[in-house]
Amino acid sequence: MSMSMSQKILAHHANVDSVRSGQLIMADLDLVLGNDITSPVAINQFKKFGVTEVFDKSKVAIVPDHFAPNKDIKAATQCKMIRDFARDKEIENYFEIGKMGIEHALLPEQGLVNSGDLIIGADSHTCTYGALGAFSTGVGSTDMAGAMATGKAWFKVPQAMKFHLTGSLQKWVSGKDVILHIIGMIGVDGALYKSMEYSGPGVASLSIDDRFTICNMAIEAGAKNGIFPVDQVALDYLKEHNMKTPVIVEADEDAEYEEVFEIDLSTIRPTVAFPHLPDNTRTIDEVGKVKVDQVVIGSCTNGHISDLRVAAEILKGKKVAPGIRALVFPATQQIYLDAMEEGLLKIFVEAGVAVSTPTCGPCLGGHMGILAENERAIATTNRNFVGRMGHPGSEVYLASPAVAAASALTGYITNPETVKENE
Amino acid sequence: MNAHGKAFRYGDNVDTDVIIPARYLNTSDAKELASHCMEDIDKEFVNKVEEGDIMVANKNFGCGSSREHAPLAIKTAGISCVIASSFARIFYRNSINIGLPILECPEAVEGIKAGDVVDIDFATGRICNETTGVCFQSEPFPPFIQEMIANDGLVNYLKKEIAQ
Ligand code: SF4
Repeated sequence: MSMSMSQKILAHHANVDSVRSGQLIMADLDLVLGNDITSPVAINQFKKFGVTEVFDKSKVAIVPDHFAPNKDIKAATQCKMIRDFARDKEIENYFEIGKMGIEHALLPEQGLVNSGDLIIGADSHTCTYGALGAFSTGVGSTDMAGAMATGKAWFKVPQAMKFHLTGSLQKWVSGKDVILHIIGMIGVDGALYKSMEYSGPGVASLSIDDRFTICNMAIEAGAKNGIFPVDQVALDYLKEHNMKTPVIVEADEDAEYEEVFEIDLSTIRPTVAFPHLPDNTRTIDEVGKVKVDQVVIGSCTNGHISDLRVAAEILKGKKVAPGIRALVFPATQQIYLDAMEEGLLKIFVEAGVAVSTPTCGPCLGGHMGILAENERAIATTNRNFVGRMGHPGSEVYLASPAVAAASALTGYITNPETVKENE
Repeated sequence: MNAHGKAFRYGDNVDTDVIIPARYLNTSDAKELASHCMEDIDKEFVNKVEEGDIMVANKNFGCGSSREHAPLAIKTAGISCVIASSFARIFYRNSINIGLPILECPEAVEGIKAGDVVDIDFATGRICNETTGVCFQSEPFPPFIQEMIANDGLVNYLKKEIAQ
């Protein structure tokens, strides 16, 4: 029976020859992830199993990133609980402050993701690792608990949607614009329960960071996962970060797709999602004059080194507009170090940007840049729901690092093309 | 395993916030959660529901946040099965993980009105509206999911597996 790429990975891990969409299967996992919000609930569930050890100490990853470095006493208590659990169970991939990064940037960087892997995480953006050809998806805390105890999880096999990419992106257009364009086109439930599978000659032109961003926001279209084919770009990344031999899984030629979309990357414009849903998109040409109070560059969506490079290119030798607060959050310590060595941090600080240690921070309205009532932020994060970055009366506009950086210079949502043209 | 009861009928996109509003999430006590179940769209639900009753809804049931409190409130209120045209993804998982049977069957959703008495056979996936005499076929759960539901969810199910 012909299968999509996602279906094949699920079949391999369920030890069956083939699966069909809608089928419920039990499958073996390569990695189980939790953070400082979801792990405490999962640990309480885990205790009910009556087992003393996790199924495999090398296949559980716990990352304190949401309210860490500890935001307040409650956060400190939660972080302490997961730290103690990690120590007690000798979990190899627990990342303390100083080594920590935002989970979805950290795990691939640390070589914990291989192509062909099956990964679950108690965090909805676990779908990010599809960039490397893994099947990864977000689940609830009970799932994480069961997975830590047994190394297994059940799945309902998803149908697939195909996004056939051609052409290549224009200067100042990135993976963020691609995924915002797609979500704007299909809606926040446009891929409900399905796999978003990418293919076509346009894939080769997308950097691995673009692919991480595109897969990261699959959940914002309701999808179960997003996934890219394993090409040279992915293999190069895997070789640099991962000791394992890559597993290459390809969709069958005659795999069934519920829908096929043709996307010419060269036609995509810088895109902004207006409040309060990621599918409320407009191209930069349709935005009009939107004043902002805060600019946030970072998160698991856009805190990669290439994101910081683009922002620095725009901010270099310039100043953040008066009255605007601009913040940069490198997603991991390694990215922080690279940005330092490349001189990017200097560019940010000289421009008047606050640079933070890696954390989720303002992305979920946690800490480090919360909005007051009637304030407005442009952010490279992935959700702009009501109150996502603070007060329920505040607003978040989602955009790429290029648009965010250009907006920091003017105080209005700004087309990066115009900033560079005016030089 | 069977479910048998009268139907409560709801529309599209019933989200986890109306199933159990966030203002009640400061407790994880199942009984207390259940006492507020559906109150923002159906104040009478908690007064009318009887053990074994069935919930029937249109598309995208359980959308919104990933709170496990939502299926827990429905189950503890006495609902023995939810039938919908489609479910939001994480709600679907969470329901099965806590032992609340849920079935996708658009035909049955069309053919069941509020108050109809419905019988469901989980082994075969057969849904019968006893009030109208019309039956519908949904995809039955595979044995391991049936066992998970019989064991009241993932924790007990895996506990048994581990013990073996
Ligand atoms: S950066 Fe934001 S979206 Fe990403 S894991 Fe943290 S809170 Fe979630």
